[in-house]
Amino acid sequence: MGIPQAALLIVLAPLAAALLAGLGGRQLGRAGAHSVCIAGVGLSFVLSLWVLLQLAGGAPDYNGAVYTWGASDGLHMEVGFLIDRLSALMMTVVTFVSLAVHVYTIGYMRDDPGYQRFFAYISLFTFSMLMLVMANNFLQLFFGWEAVGLVSYLLIGFWYKRPTAIFANLKAFIVNRIGDFGFIVGIAAIVCYMGSLDYMEVFARAPAAVELRVQLTPGETTRAVTLICIALFIGAMGKSAQVPLHVWLPDSMEGPTPISALIHAATMVTAGIFMIARMSPLYELTPHALHFVLVIGATTALFMGLLGLVNNDIKRVIAYSTLSQLGYMTVALGAGAYGAGIFHLMTHAFFKALLFLAAGSVIIAMHHEQDMRRMGGLRRYLPVTYWTCLIGSLALVGFPGLSGFFSKDIIIEAVHHSPIEGATYAYWCVLLGVFVTALYSFRLLFMTFHGRERMDEHTREHLHESPWVVTLPLIALAIPSVVIGWLTVGPVVFGDWFRGSVQHGPDGPLAILGEDFHGPAAFLLHAASAPALYLAFAGIATAWYLYVRRPDLPDAIARRCAGLYRLLDNKYYFDWFNENVVAAGARALGTGLWRRGDEQAIDGVLVNGSARAVGALAAVVRRVQTGYLYHYAFAMIIGLALLLGWLLLRT
Amino acid sequence: MLITILFWVYAAVLVGAATGVILARNPVHAVLLLVLCFVTAAALWLLLEAEFLAVVLVLVYVGAVMVLFLFVVMMLDVNVEELRRGFVRNAPLAALVAVIVALELGYALWVRRLGVELPGTKAPLPAGHSNTAEIGTVLYTDYVWPFQLAAVVLLIAIVAAIALTLRHRPGVRQQDVGRQVAVRPAARVRLVRMRSEHEP
Amino acid sequence: MITLAHYLTLAGVLFAIAVAGIFLNRRNVIVLLMCIELLLLAVNFNFVAFSRFLGLLDGQVFVFFILTVAAAEAAIGLAILVVLFRQRRSINVEDLDAMKG
Repeated sequence: MGIPQAALLIVLAPLAAALLAGLGGRQLGRAGAHSVCIAGVGLSFVLSLWVLLQLAGGAPDYNGAVYTWGASDGLHMEVGFLIDRLSALMMTVVTFVSLAVHVYTIGYMRDDPGYQRFFAYISLFTFSMLMLVMANNFLQLFFGWEAVGLVSYLLIGFWYKRPTAIFANLKAFIVNRIGDFGFIVGIAAIVCYMGSLDYMEVFARAPAAVELRVQLTPGETTRAVTLICIALFIGAMGKSAQVPLHVWLPDSMEGPTPISALIHAATMVTAGIFMIARMSPLYELTPHALHFVLVIGATTALFMGLLGLVNNDIKRVIAYSTLSQLGYMTVALGAGAYGAGIFHLMTHAFFKALLFLAAGSVIIAMHHEQDMRRMGGLRRYLPVTYWTCLIGSLALVGFPGLSGFFSKDIIIEAVHHSPIEGATYAYWCVLLGVFVTALYSFRLLFMTFHGRERMDEHTREHLHESPWVVTLPLIALAIPSVVIGWLTVGPVVFGDWFRGSVQHGPDGPLAILGEDFHGPAAFLLHAASAPALYLAFAGIATAWYLYVRRPDLPDAIARRCAGLYRLLDNKYYFDWFNENVVAAGARALGTGLWRRGDEQAIDGVLVNGSARAVGALAAVVRRVQTGYLYHYAFAMIIGLALLLGWLLLRT
Repeated sequence: MLITILFWVYAAVLVGAATGVILARNPVHAVLLLVLCFVTAAALWLLLEAEFLAVVLVLVYVGAVMVLFLFVVMMLDVNVEELRRGFVRNAPLAALVAVIVALELGYALWVRRLGVELPGTKAPLPAGHSNTAEIGTVLYTDYVWPFQLAAVVLLIAIVAAIALTLRHRPGVRQQDVGRQVAVRPAARVRLVRMRSEHEP
Repeated sequence: MITLAHYLTLAGVLFAIAVAGIFLNRRNVIVLLMCIELLLLAVNFNFVAFSRFLGLLDGQVFVFFILTVAAAEAAIGLAILVVLFRQRRSINVEDLDAMKG
């Protein structure tokens, strides 16, 4: 078996499992459904890993079409795979996290009536995500992009009897549509200016098309490639939840926790990051687009992290953490350090999935209570969850040696060395973000697992560690969270791992950093001289002081800085703005167009008005129609006389 | 010279008869005066050496169409007085329009000379010339399709006239050919199997 | 000497008389039909005269067709008239206002 056959099998196995579980769930039963889905995704994971090892061992990249859907005017619409080290890495991460989540779901959804449906959805999601990352053309990318969006919509609203879930999935869908509009504009522009949908052809033609200009406003032209890159990034902003299209991600926590882990932390939301890294040959041509990416990412990284400080819902805190980390990845892309962005994507996938699943384990133990103010002291009851969650948190804040440490430190250093405009702003954002990250992560940890036990008696009596299907994925994710950074930082970021699939500028920040890189151990020592590490420790210490030593202080601070607190508590009023200005404005516009435009102008004036005008005219003209034969005869003869007179007088 | 005198005589009779047609109190008189019009017109066409048309006019028009008019006028019990109401009131308008039309035509003919060089004399006719033979030649060669079309028009007129005036009187026994053709044996004859009454 | 203009003038006079007849006998459909016959006769006069003076036979062929159509028209018109009279016992045009708007 070669890589092409493996690729086809990797994609089709989860699809087949999804179809079996989704359409035949009733016949298969619960155990049958989860067996089929886990087998499908497990097969995908094993094959992905095999493909990754093949490529690591020097096998050539595979780029080929499987099926030609249509060809029109030289434009080929195909299903095809591009299997290089970038997509192989993504495939392995996606299938691994997906597999862990599949196993975990057996425990988490044990009592849910929609058990088979849920497995069908997550397998379908795995298929969609694989189509997205394995695509070798923009059409298939768009298919995967929309398919993951659809599954995300279905899963956020999985508990479709909850009004909040329906609201949240609608919100996610609408906000994603805005981003997708930008995305498809970008694809259309690519077809328009490059004349192809195939990645490699587009990349080959891009340098020649770099000076093509497009007139957006009168008298002012923009480079087409900048337009393309910004439009594609708007798509990424929707999918990867960058400010201001981030509003759907916290609400998506209405979905079941395994979904939060798989889709809204580890994989789908990183599709935007992956896409931009994949498009790096285009982005390298346009510093303006990179500047835009950088500023948006930096803003997201810092300001979304701050929101995690005031929220009390355990899943939402992690959701804001996800937003902030996605901001970090975007900053890395904007700084031109695509490898660092993908590296952080990978490490983040492991530890953020771990954190979500740990939170899910807590939620199971607490009987679906998510408010951290009613937790505390759970360390004694949930030891495995506690330790794995601690590992995840340490990885997230960048404890030296853990995976998050490497990826985040590289991003900060890369921004520091980036020549892109706005890098100074971004540098301070990500640096302060480290402190904020440590603060909210350990606030969550301390409020949940340490301190006074604040739950009621009934809940306390039933507290116990989750079953093995829940803890096994936690442990399975904890291991890469610890070691993956140490093992892969050298080849993935500084080595030639991504050569050929991601294009870095020759004077990009990673090239500068790479000169000073002498293995992970040296990197560890070098980090001791940088501010990020101390900021992380300061954050942990602050969290300990505020939430373990003096639990009364946070409320006092909140009262003292009431204005700031209210700003954060209302999430910078983004939701307020969207609901009261954007949505209300759209509704007012729609009502206005309906009442004035449709009912009055079109129905009233154009349709009924023209009918009335004809009626009024006819009421006058009908008097001419007497019905008497001789009147018509007179009219003809007088007409004849007049016509004759006119003909004679004319010349 | 004789031709000229004949022309003027016929022209006078034609104009007079036409005036009579429109002024006649009795429709029967009007029809008879119209017959006179057609006959004088046929005579004038003979002066123009259009013998075929002159004969056709008399045969077809006077012989068929005018007789038809006469039938209709006589068959229908028309209240003549009722129909002539408003006759005098309309007269000034009628005269005005007629004069305008006549003036316009006269202006076109006598002042503008129709905008072309009018031929002063008749075209010369070759010796042994036959108007009927020439029309026949043209009609059956150049105009054969319009000729066929005219035949169809006449056929349709015949069918239409019959269809319009045909009426089924109740109580009159009539033959329905369609039903006769469409009849089936079962509707007429019933075969019955029966025993013979006497044993052989 | 009778010229073409004489014939044309005669036709014009006939035409004008027919027009006047239509205005005068506006109630009587039979006379209206007769006036139309007069109009056609006037036109036929022009055709025949031109045909003869130009030496072209096509004018007379046209007269032939006009006679055909006029005969058809008269037949159908009278048929309608008969049906009308049967229905209404009248041929007064002023009674016929079913087409009044």
